[in-house]
Amino acid sequence: MISSQLVDLSRLQFAITALYHFLFVPLTLGLSFILVIMEATYVLTGRQIYKDMVKFWGKLFGINFALGVTTGITMEFQFGTNWAYYSQYVGDVFGAPLAIEGLMAFFLESTFIGLFFFGWGRLSKGKHLLVTLLMAVGSNLSALWILIANAWMQDPVGAHFNYHTMRMELTNFWTVVFNPTAQAKVVHTVSAGYVTGALFVLGISSYYLLKNRDTEFARRSFRIAAAFGLAASLSVIVLGDESGYTVTESQQSKLAAIEAMWHTEPAPAALNLIALPDQETESNRYDVQIPYLMGLIGTRSVTKTIPGIAEIKEKNRRRIENGIIALTALERLRRDPQDAQARELFRDHQQDLGFGLLLKKYTSDVSRATPQMIQQAVDDTVPRVAPLFWSFRIMVGLGFSFLALFALAFYYSAKGNFMHKRWLLKWALWFIPLPWVAAEFGWVVSEYGRQPWSIYGVLPTQLSVSSLSTESLHWSIAGFVLFYTGLLIAEMYLMVKYARQGPGSLGTGRYANEPSGT
Amino acid sequence: MFDYETLKFIWWLVIGVLLMGFAIMDGHDMGVGTLLPFVGRTDLERRAIINTVGPHWDGNQVWFITGGGAIFAAWPLVYATAFSGFYWAMLAVLWAMFFRPVGFDYRSKIDRPLWRKGWDLGLFIGGAVPPIIFGVAFGNLLLGVPFHFDDSLRSSYSGTFWQLLSPFALLAGLVSLSLLTFQGANYLMVRTEGAIYQRARKAALAFGVLLLVSFSLAGIWVSHMKGYAITSGASPDGLPNPLAKMVSVEAGAWLRNYQFYPWTKLVPALAYAGGVLGILFAYLRRPLSAFVSSSLAVLGVIGTAGVSMFPFVMPSSSDPRSSLTVWDSTSSQLTLGLMFGAVVIFVPLIVLYTSWAYKVMAGKVTTEYIEANSNSTY
Ligand code: HDD
Ligand code: HEM
Ligand code: HEM
Repeated sequence: MISSQLVDLSRLQFAITALYHFLFVPLTLGLSFILVIMEATYVLTGRQIYKDMVKFWGKLFGINFALGVTTGITMEFQFGTNWAYYSQYVGDVFGAPLAIEGLMAFFLESTFIGLFFFGWGRLSKGKHLLVTLLMAVGSNLSALWILIANAWMQDPVGAHFNYHTMRMELTNFWTVVFNPTAQAKVVHTVSAGYVTGALFVLGISSYYLLKNRDTEFARRSFRIAAAFGLAASLSVIVLGDESGYTVTESQQSKLAAIEAMWHTEPAPAALNLIALPDQETESNRYDVQIPYLMGLIGTRSVTKTIPGIAEIKEKNRRRIENGIIALTALERLRRDPQDAQARELFRDHQQDLGFGLLLKKYTSDVSRATPQMIQQAVDDTVPRVAPLFWSFRIMVGLGFSFLALFALAFYYSAKGNFMHKRWLLKWALWFIPLPWVAAEFGWVVSEYGRQPWSIYGVLPTQLSVSSLSTESLHWSIAGFVLFYTGLLIAEMYLMVKYARQGPGSLGTGRYANEPSGT
Repeated sequence: MFDYETLKFIWWLVIGVLLMGFAIMDGHDMGVGTLLPFVGRTDLERRAIINTVGPHWDGNQVWFITGGGAIFAAWPLVYATAFSGFYWAMLAVLWAMFFRPVGFDYRSKIDRPLWRKGWDLGLFIGGAVPPIIFGVAFGNLLLGVPFHFDDSLRSSYSGTFWQLLSPFALLAGLVSLSLLTFQGANYLMVRTEGAIYQRARKAALAFGVLLLVSFSLAGIWVSHMKGYAITSGASPDGLPNPLAKMVSVEAGAWLRNYQFYPWTKLVPALAYAGGVLGILFAYLRRPLSAFVSSSLAVLGVIGTAGVSMFPFVMPSSSDPRSSLTVWDSTSSQLTLGLMFGAVVIFVPLIVLYTSWAYKVMAGKVTTEYIEANSNSTY
């Protein structure tokens, strides 16, 4: 049997490296499009200051991009190194979007980023703009494909289990691509990136305005960021709502945990605005509710009910019992593929195979599972409530605060007097880190909320790991932490250095803080 | 469109092409990284060297990433077994490669000798370590790797990291290192002049010769070592199941394909031809021809490993019937067909725009140019 310690360490390593990768991803996604907007303005107006903006923000973009690439490679390998059984079990489906991401997106962004930085003197204005655009399109396409892959883990459509090959196989590629879960996820996550990029530019521009230097440069950057950010923060909220809706459809256990809904309520259910969930007694010690709201968000109707945790567990108990039948039939089939009776049994219970696999955590011979083991497996099917409940609320709360900030920034930049609203500038400056906080908590909601599954309803996380020693995991986690801390220090140092120095770092002679010597 | 057997074979070719693309493209900038501390003596020279690959290293690295993704999609069992079995080797490659993006991008952003020397070392590690480990990994594939599957197709590796470093595997690492460094030296000659050019030329001659010698030694070794052969089971058009075949282990088995299909001897011949011509052209100061020749040597060397082992991809030394072959480690027919379509559409496009990018950036990178553009170059 697979040691739980190995599983926990593998999860920890994946969580660390993925959350770390996503420190750099959103800024790449957002800044690349802001660069396109700035450069398009340059090409249309021919004014040098916009070119300087592209170059300066581009410099910060490059510093971030380098770590995005570095940490992305880790992710690409890690399915094979640490989730070998997962890779063999779903590679037929999951590998395809990953490989297409490389062919279609990474090549594009990575080839054109070179020309973006080095092509200035060698390309016409129009061609250089095209290069910048292709780079931005490339990074957004990469988000598209990886999120299609990730959405398939949340909502595995278009595939079936083949007992000859012991794995999931693709039945319809387009179902995987046009999975509604994927669509909601892509737009929500990409918009989160745009919010991040916009707030980054808004905040740093505010810093120059507060210091009263490079004001022309900062004002123009601020305006672009305010408009772009307003659109993005609206989109992140609307599509966040859409994500909530798809979760209701495809992952009831996640939704119930996010909402701390211990029991089914009559429709339309109330939304718990805040609560103190208690896992032991399966109830909330305290809560503030808004009537009807949950039912409206989750089902978009006033009549449909949303199942609570207790009811979900009862349903899952039946599925686990069916899963035992499916798994024992499968084991017979593996020994004798001609066994017609086993084949029939398997066919009838196949849809619950994943639930049977949940018991592998407790026994290698599932047909002998005791009632306690079944109870444990049933309890496993709903993730822990408190972390999800709070992560979700932090993300959503931040989302609305971004909307407020961008709405005001946009309003005052339309009126033209934002430079004098010092409170607004300070607000923007201090808010720079928060989109990252929201995005990281978003991933915790999405990924922790999927537990105990790595492929929802199909493959438990417990079984997905590679056969490694826990000792190996200790050392590799230590190595990652060491490398990543060092890299982050170097990155932050450069980022802060250049952000502080401002456009003077371009050495054009037009700005404050020119580098000495050159 | 194609039947399953044909698709499986096509995917062996496609993975081969992606690996060769990696070795030619990312190979030359890894070679440049390896040579950096030796060929560049002053800071300005080193910056010139770095800027020859500055606009391209990232695109080139995607050959590597896509190679990984393609193996995942087409040979999920190989991806799972090799990456988890070679855990520490993979992490070593990964960690060495960490130094590249940041090394290229951050090095010249701060003007302190210690900072810059530190990243130069990083770029050297990022250039030299991956080729050595890839070579060592190939060496181990030829030797067979101790792993087996249980009945639910979960793979377990029963060796250790140190076991991977056998003499033959290290020799294979040397082949791979000299191949990519040879390639990098030729590239440097194309893009530089003066002192850097002269030193790069010496490096090209040295590593070219080292390549021919180590490749020949490895060839002799392979012809005597134990190879693997399928004796029954493994139907090329059947559903992939690595446990359904029998495998024998016998000396000289890796030479069989050359006996059955004599034309395949052209593949190692290409390796020699590319190597010899590359040395000759470097000697004659015709860098572009030298670069093309060493690229042909890349095709030949990787092709030789592939043809020798075909249809094996990852033989198991501890449980030979668990060995992974072209026939029984693949994805379903649907996935293979679909992904082949994606490759047919995208690879030509990639080659097209990559060539355009090289064309835009063509020309020698000089130290004067770096001095004049100190704020916008690496
Ligand atoms: C929503 C977007 C998103 C998400 C969820 C992920 N990535 Fe990522 N990735 C990007 C968006 C992105 C990007 C925007 O395209 C990056 C980030 C910063 C960058 O420089 O490019 C990138 C870089 C990047 C690279 C380097 C590409 C290059 O050299 O240009 C690789 C190999 C990966 N990623 C792989 C992964 C894997 C295997 C993930 C899943 C576990 C993953 N990424 C999650
Ligand atoms: C970059 C953004 C991402 C972040 C921040 C992120 C975050 C996380 C976290 C926190 C975990 C640990 C959950 C737990 O074990 O409790 C996790 C697990 C995992 N995630 Fe993600 N994730 C990201 C993207 C993805 C994507 C795009 C995929 C697939 C394409 C993916 C696949 C997985 C897998 C395979 C695991 C391990 C198995 C598991 O614990 O379920 N992740 N991720
Ligand atoms: C204000 C309203 C918001 C709502 C209603 C909302 C809703 C959601 C929901 C339901 C999920 C889980 C989806 C799943 O499990 O599949 C999610 C995930 C996520 N959220 Fe939000 N969110 C909001 C704001 C934000 C903001 C402001 C950010 C970042 C700037 C953000 C970033 C993310 C990310 C990165 C994920 C993980 C990827 C994904 O599953 O789409 N969200 N959000």
